[in-house]
Amino acid sequence: MTRIKTLSTRD
Amino acid sequence: MVHQYQLNGCRIVIDANSGAIHSVDEVAYDLIALYEQHTHDELVSLMLDKYRGRPDVTEADLRECLEDIEELKRQGKLFSDDLYGQLAGVLKERSGNVVKALCLHVAHTCNLNCSYCFASQGRFHGERALMSYEVGKRALDFLMENSGARHNLEVDFFGGEPLMNWDVVKQLVAYARSVEKERGKNFRFTLTTNGMLIDDDVIDFCNREMSNVVLSLDGRKEIHDRLRVDYAGHGSYDRIVPKFQKLVAARGGTKYYMRGTFTHANPDFTKDLFHMADLGFTELSMEPVVCAPDDPAALTPEDIEIVKQQYELLAKDMLRREEEGHPITFYHYMLDLEGGPCIYKRISGCGSGTEYMAVTPWGDLYPCHQFVGDQSYRLGDIWQGVTNTELREKFRACNAYAREECRDCWARLWCSGGCAANAYHATGDIRGVYAPGCELFKKRIECAIMMHVKRSERESAAEG
Repeated sequence: MTRIKTLSTRD
Repeated sequence: MVHQYQLNGCRIVIDANSGAIHSVDEVAYDLIALYEQHTHDELVSLMLDKYRGRPDVTEADLRECLEDIEELKRQGKLFSDDLYGQLAGVLKERSGNVVKALCLHVAHTCNLNCSYCFASQGRFHGERALMSYEVGKRALDFLMENSGARHNLEVDFFGGEPLMNWDVVKQLVAYARSVEKERGKNFRFTLTTNGMLIDDDVIDFCNREMSNVVLSLDGRKEIHDRLRVDYAGHGSYDRIVPKFQKLVAARGGTKYYMRGTFTHANPDFTKDLFHMADLGFTELSMEPVVCAPDDPAALTPEDIEIVKQQYELLAKDMLRREEEGHPITFYHYMLDLEGGPCIYKRISGCGSGTEYMAVTPWGDLYPCHQFVGDQSYRLGDIWQGVTNTELREKFRACNAYAREECRDCWARLWCSGGCAANAYHATGDIRGVYAPGCELFKKRIECAIMMHVKRSERESAAEG
């Protein structure tokens, strides 16, 4: 199961 | 550097150096918190012990989660290194002595007598004065001459009360518009006003020429009228609110914002924000007063705690308003996670004293509007340019890495080292640290990010 959701990275 | 916090049912992990933001569940939250102090085997053992009896927490699942963490680390999105610290000074030097924005103090006088005014009722601790057209025109020429290859130039009409010198404001805008194309520039004008002199002419002109207007309103009538009074001591609320409503309606409800100040009298400032929303205003900002710690208006340590709770309350209420279809905007919660500022901007900050300066009615240059009147911070003038180059270099050295205290702060690439004027007024040094300001800033960023996480959850739920 996925316990981590990444919302943003800085390009 | 990783920052973790829980707010409004969200568990959030921020990777400070990369800017990556992760929404995690309680198991991942614990694993990340302990990740750098333990081996994978130790972490699995610790978690199986802590979450004993939870059917979803198995060894296989924990190892999968640890692999996810390791992958994020490989991608530079978790526990990432700081790639920018050594570049901080270099990046800011590259802009040379380019000036891109001026704050024109067109009026060092005011028709209100607000006791908390940092500008000393518009006089900035000096004589009352109005900027002449000739000085203003020279200031615009100075800006164009020193703007290098920059296309977008900004001019804010400020005071005091700029509407007390309205004809000059209009003449200066007309001059800039007459030369901007041939000079390859694009002027963006803004205006900050207390509203007392707004009439149809002001509204028409602002809506044609001002890319934004700041309207000073402190919220509830009893709060606003306590401090924002005229020279006879009468409150200004009843006179300005209808004018603001008319101006905002004529602008189509955009490109403005209500700007209030909260003090020791109203640390429960959300009541004032919600009052503004009730008046029909949706673009809102309320800022803590900037004053000496012994000033009666100054926020106390107890007030700071109340304000932090208020920021959380505001974030939750804004989410509710969004869901109900009548959102409001709070300026400090405008966080663009996709199209935000580049790393150069994040390191450099506002550019006060280098890219941005304030011009007095006499043509003197200061690092920003909050230093005007303090002779030791005079940079030069609009005829000779910056003559106090030592002071300019001092401001150029202000960046996200300039203060020792910021080196271990997760928020530094959001705050960019903070406000030099606030630091100066609180500590006597532009490179000082105004600790209560840091606390409030970090709370605002935590709230703004939480709102993004909640919106993301809402979108996921809608997609099923």
